[in-house]
Formats: sequence, structure tokens, C-alpha cells
Amino acid sequence: MHKKDLGLAVLIIVVGAVVYLQNPLFLSPINLGNTANLIGLFGLFAIGQGFVIMTGGIDLSVGSMIALLGVLFVDMVGKFGVPWPVAILVVLVIGALLGLAHGLLITRLRMQPFVVTLCGLLIYRGIARGYTGEATAGFPFGANYPALEWLTIGRSFGVPHSFFAMIIIGVICWFVLHRSVFGRHLQAVGKNEDAACYSGIRTGFVIAAAYVICAALTAVAAVYFAMFTRSVQPSSHGNFYELYAIAAAVLGGFSLRGGEGSIIGVVLGAVLLQELQNLVNLLGIPSSLNFAVMGAVILAGVLADQQFNLYRARRRAAAALGAVNTSGSALHHRPATTNELSP
Amino acid sequence: MMPKEDQKRPLLALENISKAYTGVVALSNVSMTVMPGEVLALIGENGAGKSTLMKILGGVIQPSSGYILIDEVRYDRFSVTESQSAGIAFVHQELNVFDNLDVAANMFLGREKRAGFLRLLDVKAMGAAAEPLLRRVGATFRPETPVADLSLAERQLLEIAKALSIQARLIIMDEPTSSLTLSETKTLMTVIAGLKAEGIAVIYISHRLSEIEECADRVFVLRDGKAAGELAKGEINHDAMIRMMIGRDLNSLYAPPARAPGGPILSLRAVRTRAKPRARVEFDVHDGEILGVAGLVGAGRTELAEAIFGIDTILEGEVMLAGKPFLATSPRDAIKAGVYLVPEDRKRTGLVLESPVCENICLADLGSVSSRGFVSKSLIKARAEEQRTKLGIRTTDVMRNAAELSGGNQQKVVLGKWLSMRPALIIFDEPTRGIDVASKVEIYRLMRALADAGVGVMMISSDMEEVIGVSDRIVVLREGEIAGSLSRPEFSEHNVLRLAVGAN
Repeated sequence: MHKKDLGLAVLIIVVGAVVYLQNPLFLSPINLGNTANLIGLFGLFAIGQGFVIMTGGIDLSVGSMIALLGVLFVDMVGKFGVPWPVAILVVLVIGALLGLAHGLLITRLRMQPFVVTLCGLLIYRGIARGYTGEATAGFPFGANYPALEWLTIGRSFGVPHSFFAMIIIGVICWFVLHRSVFGRHLQAVGKNEDAACYSGIRTGFVIAAAYVICAALTAVAAVYFAMFTRSVQPSSHGNFYELYAIAAAVLGGFSLRGGEGSIIGVVLGAVLLQELQNLVNLLGIPSSLNFAVMGAVILAGVLADQQFNLYRARRRAAAALGAVNTSGSALHHRPATTNELSP
Repeated sequence: MMPKEDQKRPLLALENISKAYTGVVALSNVSMTVMPGEVLALIGENGAGKSTLMKILGGVIQPSSGYILIDEVRYDRFSVTESQSAGIAFVHQELNVFDNLDVAANMFLGREKRAGFLRLLDVKAMGAAAEPLLRRVGATFRPETPVADLSLAERQLLEIAKALSIQARLIIMDEPTSSLTLSETKTLMTVIAGLKAEGIAVIYISHRLSEIEECADRVFVLRDGKAAGELAKGEINHDAMIRMMIGRDLNSLYAPPARAPGGPILSLRAVRTRAKPRARVEFDVHDGEILGVAGLVGAGRTELAEAIFGIDTILEGEVMLAGKPFLATSPRDAIKAGVYLVPEDRKRTGLVLESPVCENICLADLGSVSSRGFVSKSLIKARAEEQRTKLGIRTTDVMRNAAELSGGNQQKVVLGKWLSMRPALIIFDEPTRGIDVASKVEIYRLMRALADAGVGVMMISSDMEEVIGVSDRIVVLREGEIAGSLSRPEFSEHNVLRLAVGAN
């Protein structure tokens, strides 16, 4: 665990303690269960966003994709009677293909990630609304899918399965990002694409794969969200979710310039965001203010992190200078015969 | 030079290599050999063709004619992969390390070791493989150290260790000591001796002639894209190297002042800046003279220029411009007062590279090329054309992007920006870095003309020949303070360096 992740974990505990002292309901099983469910739902696609941000890119289409894939999933299962495992597979494949399209537009046609995925945001939302004719997609009255429901909205020992899903996917993604060759290449590409290319890394493949992973995890989240809400309102379902994902990643120590961040960080970021939502509810703050609270906390958090890094860098520079000074030469000390032409 | 009989076969031979870009010949008919276990120093002025030659060796660019022989296999075209598989490795001036990864990860990037059913990273194996390589280059850091924690010198050792890890037979070091301290340079010399002993060849590119005297077995000199000659071990000395590099009498490049200097244009008294808060600076720039500012890298010359120009903050002290108090808290203030800076890094801070030449020239003074608040295209072009004729900027069209011009012409665009306004004082920071000799001479003449016309001229330069040739007076900075001032009769390399390093 990095120092950064540890700091975030401490912050989560401190905020939790404060909320608990103000309102003991915070640690009630019902509240914890509900919050864990939301953490699972949002964590799933925030992890995906982390892969994209690691490359120095961004995926703005996440929320619209959740709406579009949600509509498709509900209709397939509810209206057309497609067996749900097949429907999940179809949704996953569509998601991965959309991610591949993003990746190829960005790597092959050299378009900017912001532009590509912004267009995705508009297009997928538009298709979702057009396809349904603005009507809410829902399951038929009284329909039951016990296995699917157990998998998505069921609970074991009081813990929602969406949370388990996030943990399982998080562990896999941790291995992928931090222990696999692909993950290492992803980090290198995010730091310095040209130098990575000269090291023999297939940079285009690595970047495109990050978008595929992001979209595939978003597809998984889309199924969970559809089952959680039971019906999908195409114009509002998933609105602003991409921003939750980006916020979680940034809180978790990701740099939008790429190359920095960890899976534990983004998961903790998602936890903190839901904790803040919960705080707004439990402390009696008008819920209309919840975005303002989140924004303020993210701003303060990132600012504090940056100042701390600056402080560390200065201390390190001072220590280095001190060491050089005591060894008797603070400069590029050379014999007086040195002839220095333009360096 | 070649201790063993079986080493007589050259590792690498370049035969009649030429390279022409559109209209410019960068290299013509250069032939060069490298023996195994030899340290070959490659020297030449900026623009002599060193980097072109090295790019050809790296397979990044292809020669227009000529070929490369490696182990007696002939390559007419030489790709990056061929260069790598031939065992050629680069230690770059700008290090290409990934500071978000650790040492072992950097060393094996793109060639990771894997283990287990899932073919995951084998961190242990890579660490174990990195360990002896790091020891061979005398590194004290460990394979699992984050690169972010390494100093520049340590990062360089990492690059050398990486070269060893790919079984390099030839390591090309481009200005390896330009940001190293004395003791770090010594370590590097030991490492190079170690490489040599193992039969690994080194091409050592540097402007530091005493280092070359210390480590090179042979010196190869390039001048204006041609081979200017070679020096064998016994013949390597400063004078011989300079003569071959310059190939002409440098004194003729400089014009003397037209008149005796007048009163001060700019005076600094007890000035402390934020970059060097412990140092106090005092000096004057006189009317009619070119003031040279010398000092070692890190002595605070650029920082001083930036403080006068309002980029860095002046904490304390008095600055007078033409007899009136002058304090710039931003470049905007400085420009208003007629104090201009020709910055060190022309591509980053001197120009907007992806913008047309004409817009670069008018950028700092858009007010005067506007009518009724709208910037006028025709006024911009007219003004740019004026500067282009005056300064002899060689471009087919002022609408072309600044990035397309050569270094010398780019620098003239930077100058054109300021000369089209009302200069009182111009600070030139490394004005001829990376510029061909012909443009250098033009820039020297321009500086002289400005000084003669009563504009204050302050020139920061690390080029010893230039400082001594161009300046009428030299101030030397050391650790942010003025270590001393030299007048023309006292000018010598020895005197400047004595002040710069603080030796007696």
C-alpha cells in the first residue's frame, strides 16, 4: 500500500468517525449495507476509468454507456425473453466494442480522448433515448429472475453482492495493473509515450486495451445498475457518472497527465465519495448541496496532496544540496584548465 | 589502443556517410571506425553534425548515401531494431527514464521477465538480474528503489546498467557529464574504464575537453558536417582539439565597439533574488558596451536575468534603469520599460513554435499592429517583412510556422520580436546555442550594432570563446554572487574560470 493510499484510508476513517459521532446511524447495518452497495456500483466503473486515466486519457462516455447498455439489457431480458446470461454476454461484448472504437479512434486516427469520448457521451445517450422513444425501460410487472437477482442485488452475510463483485474485479485489476507486464507497460506509456515506444512497447495496443477494459467494466456496472434501479429512465439514468469515476480516480492519487495511480487508490476514492454522499444525508445537510460538498472535498484533497509533495520535493532538494556542500563543492567543480565550449 | 591481436577487427565502421535534408547538407562523406574496447571521443561545434551521425547509428534516420559495417556485415539502411540487435545503446543527454517505476522495472522495460501460470511479472528475477549490473557500474541504489528518488547522476548510471543488460557492445554517451558534479564525473570515468576493460566500446560526445583528455583513446572531430581529422592518444590536447573544431581564426568573427562606453544604463545594487536569496548582486551595464556574464552551470546567471525581466522576484536591493528606479514584477512590466529577454530555451520560451513567424514577431506588441482593437493581418505581415529584411531571416514566407526554420533563423525571429519595439536593454541568454557559425556572426554583429546605438546589451554565455570574443567587459557569477569583473586586457579563459570556480 502506497503512502498516498494510506493517507486516504485514514481520511475515510476520520470522516467516518466524525459522522458516527454526529449520527450513530452511520454504523447501523442498514446504512452500511446500502453504502456498500453504492460503493460497489460506482467502484466497478471507477476502476475502469482508472485504466484510461493511467494512459493520460479520459473516458467521458461512461454515464451514457450505462444508460444505453442498461436499456438494452432490460429490454433483452424483460421484453424479448433473452436468457439473462446471454444478455449479459451481449452487453459485455457491445461495451468492449465501443471501448475498442474509442481506443482505435484515439490511437490510429490520433484523435484526442476528450473529444472522442465526449462524442460518445452524446451519441450513446441519444441512441438510448431514441431507441426507447424517451420511455422508461422496465421489467414486466411481477417478473422474477432469482439467479440474476441473487447475483446482482442479493446479499450474503448482509453484504451486497455488488460490493463483492467490485472486490473480486478490483483484485483481478490489481494483478493486471501492478503485477502484469501489460500493467507495467500501461504505466510506462502513461508517463512517456515516446520513450515507451522506443523501449519496444506496443503503445497503440496498450492504450486501446485500456479503453476496452474501461468500457467492459462499465458494461458490468450497467447490468448492476439496471438491476438495482429495476427500470432505466433513458434521459437521466447514469447522468454525471463519468464525473464520479474521474473524481474517485483523482482522489485516489491518479494524475490526469497519466502514469500515476493505483487500484487501491481508486477504490478508496470511490469509498470516500459515497461516504461523503452519506454524510450529507446523515448530517441533515440539504441534499441539494451534495455536489458542492464533494467538489469542495476533492479540491481540498488534491490541493493538500500537491502541497505535501511540493514540501517533500523541497526538503529532498535541500538535503541533496546540504550533502553536496559538505563534500566541498556545490558546483560543477572542475580544474581551472577546463575548456568549456557551448554545452 | 588495441592491446590484443584479435581485437583488431573494427566493431563498427561508417563508410562515406552523407545526409542531406531539404537544401541543407548535415553530413558529407564521413567515415569513422570504432574498435572493441575503445573510447572514441566525438567532438565538434554545435551543428557540426554529431547528433545527425548518432541518429544514423541509432537507426532513427537513414543516411542519404554511404553504408554502415557491423562485424563486416554491410547495412545500407539501418533500422532501430538492427541498431539494438547489433548491441548499440544510447545514454542520452535528456534521460528517458520512467520516474513512476522502480529501477529494475526501468531496466527491463519492454523485456520483462515473467513467471508462473499467469505469466505475471517476475519482480524477484528482475531484481536479481539487475543487482550485479548495478554493482558493475558502481551504483549504490537498489533494484527496488523508485526512480523518482534518484539523482540525475544515478539515473545516468541506471541507463548505463540498462545498456549492459542488453549486452551492449557499443555505448554512445551524449554529453554525459553536462549535469554532473565533479565527484559524479569521477565515478563516471571509473565506470567507463570498467566498460573498456570488458571490451565494450564507448563513443563519448562532450564539450568538456579535459574529460576527453582523461578518458579518450582517440578523438574524432567533425566540422560543418565533414570529418575534420582524428587525434591519436598521444596527440590529444586542448589546443589541437580546438584548432580542429574551429578550423579558423575566431577573432575575426568579432567586431570592436565603435566608441568608448558611457554611463550606466542598468545598475543593480545589493540585489537579492528569490532563486538565490543568500547572494547579493551588484553590477552595471554601461551605454555602448556588451557586458558578458560568465559562470558555471548553476551559478545563477539565468536566474539573475529572469529576476531583472520580472519572472523571478527581487527580494531586496535597488535596480536603476537609465537613472530611474526600475522594478519589474512581471515580464509585462519589464517589456513596458523596454527591458527584453532573449531566453536560453528558444523553443520553449522564445517562440510559439507552431505559430507563424509573423505572429511570433508581433506577439509582444499586438497593440501597435491593431486598429480599433482588432489585430490587423496586413499590419502584422508588414512588420514581419520589415524585420525579415533587416535581420535577413531566411524563410520563404513569414506565414510559415517558426518550427520550420533553422536554429539561427529562429533566433533571429526572437530578436525581431524585440527589435521591432523600443529596446532600452536586451538580455541575451545563450544567444548562439545550437546555431551555425554564419548565423552566430550575424548575431554578434547585431549585438554590437545595438550597443553602438546606445541599447544596453547583457550577454549570458557558457561558450568561453564567445564570452571572450564578444564582450567588452565580463562579470563572473559564482553561487549567485559576482565573483569578479574583468576588463578587456584581463580577458583569458584562465581568468574567467578562476573566478567561476573560486580557485586561486
